[in-house]
Amino acid sequence: MKNSSRRGFMGKAFGAVAGIGAVGSLVAMKKSWDPLPSVKAAGFTTLDMSIYEENELVTEKWRGKPVFVLKLTSDMLSKIKDKKNDMDRLIKVGDSYFMVTLGLCTHLGCIPGYNPADQTFLCACHGGMYDVTGDVTKAPPPRGLDIPPFKIDGNKLVLGETGPEFIAMKENGITL
Amino acid sequence: MAHFEKATSIHDWFNQRLAVDAVNRVMMTEYWIPKNINFLWAMGMVLVITFALLLVSGIFLLMYYQPNVDTAFYSVNYTIMREVDFGWLWRHVHGVAASVVFLIIYIHMFTGIYYGSYKKGREMIWISGMLLFVAFSAEAFSGYMLPWGQMSYWAGMVITNLFAGGSLHADGLVEWIRGDYVPAQAFLNRFFMLHVLLIPIAIMGLIGLHFASLRIPHVNNQDGEEIDFDAESKKYLNGDKAGSKVMRFANDFMSKDMMVVGIYLIFFFYLVFYHYDFAMDAVNFDPADGLKTPAHIYPEWYFLWSYEILRPFSTNIGLIAFAFAQVIFVLLPFLDRSPNTVAANRRGLFGIWFWAMLVDMIVLTSMGKLPPEGIFSSIGLIAALTFIGLWIVLPFITKMEKKV
Repeated sequence: MKNSSRRGFMGKAFGAVAGIGAVGSLVAMKKSWDPLPSVKAAGFTTLDMSIYEENELVTEKWRGKPVFVLKLTSDMLSKIKDKKNDMDRLIKVGDSYFMVTLGLCTHLGCIPGYNPADQTFLCACHGGMYDVTGDVTKAPPPRGLDIPPFKIDGNKLVLGETGPEFIAMKENGITL
Repeated sequence: MAHFEKATSIHDWFNQRLAVDAVNRVMMTEYWIPKNINFLWAMGMVLVITFALLLVSGIFLLMYYQPNVDTAFYSVNYTIMREVDFGWLWRHVHGVAASVVFLIIYIHMFTGIYYGSYKKGREMIWISGMLLFVAFSAEAFSGYMLPWGQMSYWAGMVITNLFAGGSLHADGLVEWIRGDYVPAQAFLNRFFMLHVLLIPIAIMGLIGLHFASLRIPHVNNQDGEEIDFDAESKKYLNGDKAGSKVMRFANDFMSKDMMVVGIYLIFFFYLVFYHYDFAMDAVNFDPADGLKTPAHIYPEWYFLWSYEILRPFSTNIGLIAFAFAQVIFVLLPFLDRSPNTVAANRRGLFGIWFWAMLVDMIVLTSMGKLPPEGIFSSIGLIAALTFIGLWIVLPFITKMEKKV
């Protein structure tokens, strides 16, 4: 009896030591899988917005992801100027309006293609479609193309920094 | 200390130390297999042999493969394919085996479903088998990343995005899995580790569990007959070999098993030498490019059925349907409420259910390969709904089943 209670104590003591060790090692394992600081630090892209041509999609790169930049024509703008939701998705730099979004389908992350004649985006993976503001027009994507954090700096756009216009978009539910 | 005598032979020397005779008896000569079975019962051994082929070819590939985003593609397509003597052989064996192993797994699974080999004490065989299916799926996916071609990259992008959980937007989890915002060096390195170490260890452990789970309920037979293995084996050992319903695992059963394996290997190496291209997607011969999605992204043929269940729905419903398809087969022993353990053709409605499920999965597989447009989209949607419907009706039709 005396022996078995001593064994019981030793078992519990070992359990406590092993438990602390197990939790500690799980924390270390989780943290080892996190993105490295160097990966996180390389996260800013500056775009000169004066170089883009109207209705010509340019794909830039930010954090390894494609970013669509489309300068809207006055024709496109006249079609949507009364729709607040559509206008809110655009970024105004100088006198021009731009669609700047991540070029990844919000369904499962394929890159949609742009057709300048129809002025639509089509994702070949699962058939999702978007309009020139990046808003979704055909399922399965659950929402419009996401807009990356940006800050307007004169006629430059800094991706990765959070400016007041981006905060407004987030608050209006335009982007995530 | 145990008592050892001077050995009379090498066999005796080992026998005293490792009890090789007893092990051989328990594992081989007195492990009893029913006689009333057919060639479909050889698929387990075919899978063991295919796994061995994957392991050996993988070891040779591992000696030249470089898990680096700048060099991975060329280490496979240049170094292994052109420089290494017989490097092409290991790659084609590995690629073909990775594809064919799923064909055999599906045959093995549907054989089990047809003959009711997941019931009456055989539940753990089924469950450990489905865990093996999951582990093999993870192994296939992680291996598909390694050549770092366009399909590797984009399959990696799409599949890891599934973990965002649709509207849950768990982007942090996706980035944690990748170790980056997009699949990059950290991603390739960790999937390399998973493919060559962690998942193979899990698979080997699960194979052990799968075999162990077979030991007590024994192998099923064509009529689902409950055999008294003690009585039948005694009859066999007493000399009435013809009258006994069982035979030895080795060499009786093994001789037929290896006959099937021989035919299979001829078919397998025919594919390796003359038709390896079916296991190699042309798109994956372009190096990974994060700024260009291929026109159509589709998985390897063995994942098409579950991919097609994901595709016709909006994101959240699609994810739920996909998750349903992934786990539902595991629950088969508990959803089948019938007391009968016999072949499906003697079980009335369940017989129809079996063939409907098989045909539905073939339809899903074919539609998954086609672009999601027009009529194919509709057929895919109907087949996906049929799949879910079949599982919902299963408990009811088996509950109504009469005792055979």
